[in-house]
Amino acid sequence: MSGPSLETASALASRYEAVVIGAGPAGLTAAARLAEGGASTLLLDENPAPGGQIYRSIEAAGAGDLRRLGPDYAHGRAVAERFRASGAAYAPRATVWDVGPATGPVAGGAADRASTSNRLVSLTLGGAGRAIEAGHVILATGAIERPMPFPGWTLPGVMTAGAAQIALKTAGLVPTGRVIVAGCGPLLYLLTSQLLDAGAEIAAVLDTTPRGNWLRAAPHAPGFLASAYMGKGLKLLRTVRTRTRVIGGVTALATEGTGALRAVRYGTGSGKGALEADLLLVHQGVVPNANFSNAIGCAHHFDEAQRAFVPDLDDWFASSLDGVSIPGDGGGIAGAAAAEVSGEIAALGALRRLGRLGEAPAMEAALPLRRRWKSLQRGRAFLDRLYAPSPAFLAPPDDDTIVCRCEEVRAGAVREAIGLGVAGPNQLKTFLRCGMGPCQGRFCAGTVTEMIAAGRGESPAAVGTYRLRAPVKPVRLSELASFPETPEAVLAVTGSHSTDRIEPLSTGDMQ
Amino acid sequence: MFRRLREAAPALRFRFDGEPLTGVPGDTIAAALLASGRLALRKSVVGGEPRAPYCMMGVCFECLVEVDGVANRQACLTPLTDGMEVRSQSGARTIRPAAGQEP
Amino acid sequence: MTAETSMRDAVVIGGGLVGAAIAWGLARQGLKPLVLDEDDLARRASRANFALIWVQGKGARAPHYARWTLGSARSWPGFAEELTQLSGIDIKLRQPGGFTLCLSDAELEDNAATLAGIRRDTGGEGASFEILDHRRTAELLPGLGRAVVGSTYSSEDGDVNSLRLFRALHVAMARSGVSYRAHSRVETIHYSGGLFRLEGPWGTVEAQKLILAGGIDNGRLASMVGLNVPLQHSKGQIVVTEKLAPFLAYPLGTLRQTDEGGVMIGDSEDTVDTSPRADPAINAVMVRRAIQMFPGLADVNMVRSWAGFRVKSRDGLPVYEQSAACPGAFVAVAHSGVTLAAAHALALAPQIAAGPLSRELSPFSTARFHVQAAA
Repeated sequence: MSGPSLETASALASRYEAVVIGAGPAGLTAAARLAEGGASTLLLDENPAPGGQIYRSIEAAGAGDLRRLGPDYAHGRAVAERFRASGAAYAPRATVWDVGPATGPVAGGAADRASTSNRLVSLTLGGAGRAIEAGHVILATGAIERPMPFPGWTLPGVMTAGAAQIALKTAGLVPTGRVIVAGCGPLLYLLTSQLLDAGAEIAAVLDTTPRGNWLRAAPHAPGFLASAYMGKGLKLLRTVRTRTRVIGGVTALATEGTGALRAVRYGTGSGKGALEADLLLVHQGVVPNANFSNAIGCAHHFDEAQRAFVPDLDDWFASSLDGVSIPGDGGGIAGAAAAEVSGEIAALGALRRLGRLGEAPAMEAALPLRRRWKSLQRGRAFLDRLYAPSPAFLAPPDDDTIVCRCEEVRAGAVREAIGLGVAGPNQLKTFLRCGMGPCQGRFCAGTVTEMIAAGRGESPAAVGTYRLRAPVKPVRLSELASFPETPEAVLAVTGSHSTDRIEPLSTGDMQ
Repeated sequence: MFRRLREAAPALRFRFDGEPLTGVPGDTIAAALLASGRLALRKSVVGGEPRAPYCMMGVCFECLVEVDGVANRQACLTPLTDGMEVRSQSGARTIRPAAGQEP
Repeated sequence: MTAETSMRDAVVIGGGLVGAAIAWGLARQGLKPLVLDEDDLARRASRANFALIWVQGKGARAPHYARWTLGSARSWPGFAEELTQLSGIDIKLRQPGGFTLCLSDAELEDNAATLAGIRRDTGGEGASFEILDHRRTAELLPGLGRAVVGSTYSSEDGDVNSLRLFRALHVAMARSGVSYRAHSRVETIHYSGGLFRLEGPWGTVEAQKLILAGGIDNGRLASMVGLNVPLQHSKGQIVVTEKLAPFLAYPLGTLRQTDEGGVMIGDSEDTVDTSPRADPAINAVMVRRAIQMFPGLADVNMVRSWAGFRVKSRDGLPVYEQSAACPGAFVAVAHSGVTLAAAHALALAPQIAAGPLSRELSPFSTARFHVQAAA
């Protein structure tokens, strides 16, 4: 059994063989497998309970919740139970904000060479900062919803579909009043169905799936027909269509209201409409939550089918950075079932690298898992193409649309900067502060890349994306200040002053 | 705006901008506020626009509130506890005045 | 990109603050320069600067540099006004004077001695300054920590929104007939018959004048026009906080609140490390000192941190020189791209447009390194 949850930074050991970040299906499974394999393992997660987004509140869910949310959700119970039985240490409500080389820069500039064996994981737990060493790091940061910008998407009353689902799973919250669901992707219909089951009044589904997607997806239909998605997906579509109004081919959205949502305006190829609404739930698919892997220096590439940047991974789900593996949706969107399998494979790879498992047994154990992972990919190509977002919601045409919610940078300003010939997203960021706010580009990086690509007539792959830096999440200065310092660091800051001239920070200065 | 599916067990009392509200164990601050009909939790730093929780999973930073005197806490990641003082934020936060000043 | 050959009256290599200021300055003289820039992820000091227009402490044992810096600071108001009018972008210039806070008597003494030396070496022309004790400093800087023993203050210091400055220069370039082309790293430079021929995978360009403003790449570029510009390695780190309501009315040498509210804390100098990663140990020292200076910052969140590489010659001073081997080729190396932007646009660029550099700039030539090397 796993011990009690670790609640303070001082309760952590100074080193673990494996540190897993994220407690969704990939992270829970990886941590369980690592601990089962004898590695001292710590699972760090931002949320108060295991499950990630997909299995949110799985341990607290009652029978009614499990029935309402379906067997795919209920399966999370087994995943969490395996983790709890594994003996891995668990620190919920931990914010991890950096994974760096375990030793500081060494003379000759070989900072990276010094990093090959250990990683230093910087985190905040119980209000205090701490850095711990890890022999291997599993980044299981999962997916985030793809930003869907349109005029008025920052108005209170507009939320993501995922947000509504989390509210449903964690607090049993059901929207009241007139609800409109807009966007595309499988989750959109799943959520609509779940909300209808819970008694919500869905006034309409505004489907933004481009009509041409069916044609582009058709060649991949055989894989889909053989997949588990098909039966479930078609049933969902049918159910939703019989229970609410679905308006297809939506190419434009805007909100009305001051201070709070009052109505949703939409446009289709054939006309315009407006619907009164109290809540608008938007969604156009999910993308890997790659801020962390980007910030710590893992190599990424643009995946055309997923239309997102994903980390470069080998067949153990190991990244380009030695000692960092990225299973689950964070390494490329493949869904919860595949995340569980990839978490297991990544753990085998880590055990092998840590010397806990020989090459042959690791390969042998991985073989059926790889086969299973591959079978779970069936149908993915079809879905990726069928639910490819509409260009109008990737690169918003209306100049007034906010692109960066934090810094309130609008599409018009972005297009002006593109007109100046900016070298790419990073120069654009410098010009406009776009992506410099607390969310650190999570809700604008994709849009900016798409807008530059559209402006230049290039592929997003050629445009690139923001280069990020730690901290991946905001961190209090007092926590940062409590980190150990080196004489070299003091010299680097105070210049010619010798180290004895810097006064120690007295506790009276701290809050 | 939102209603609760299940009627809840013992209530947690908290205040939002001084107004007494209740939540249930397991709620995040954001969930308790949504259940209490509070949507806009702050005014944005740059344009002073009202903003509400958007992603509920710690990504968007739209639900920042002041909790027991500490500014810019993510309401969607912070579990509600009994007696919490939650305040909405308007624009940029201020630093604590005169901390560490000479008496 | 299609290969093409075109003839330009001037080509500036480098689209950062130095290159952009010079290019715009050349356009003000009636030229139509082309700016060739590298990729989005090239190492760019213009994205990592501290945005100070800073005079204090600059030019120790180098009175020509003290004068050049002071001259630039004093021409900043006119420069900013013209740039804002042309670009429509308010670059938030303020020059209320600035402080250097000292956390020990030794720091304060060192600092005061440096400033006095500059005054002496410039025959009194250098920036005037005052030494303030803790009490006087705290009156001007509310929230000051008791660890600050005192400060030096110079009325000539200031700061600007350097991101807006960068964008304003690019808008001004576009509106003044300057062409800007990214993704155009120059691989080779040929000189013959008074013309420069620049080549890269992107194509070929010919130019009558060539200005090298390629930052830390200037060493490589200069060698292709017969100049030897020794650069030193200098990595700096900056920590940025979330936005705060205004609390600091003056820029400090290592800490400033931007007009948008964020606090920048910097900057360190590491002469060894080449990794682009910000070293957490260095951040820790910077932040500890910042909290000592303003204890109220302890509670505040850092939202970003980054490392940048300064463009510094071996002695740390700027290099401005026209190549003797390839007349018409100029090199500009300066790590204070913000402070010197006004001088680069209004003083250096006209000289480049006209031909030879002035006597005032001759101490900045590379001859100073080669004399030392021979000795």
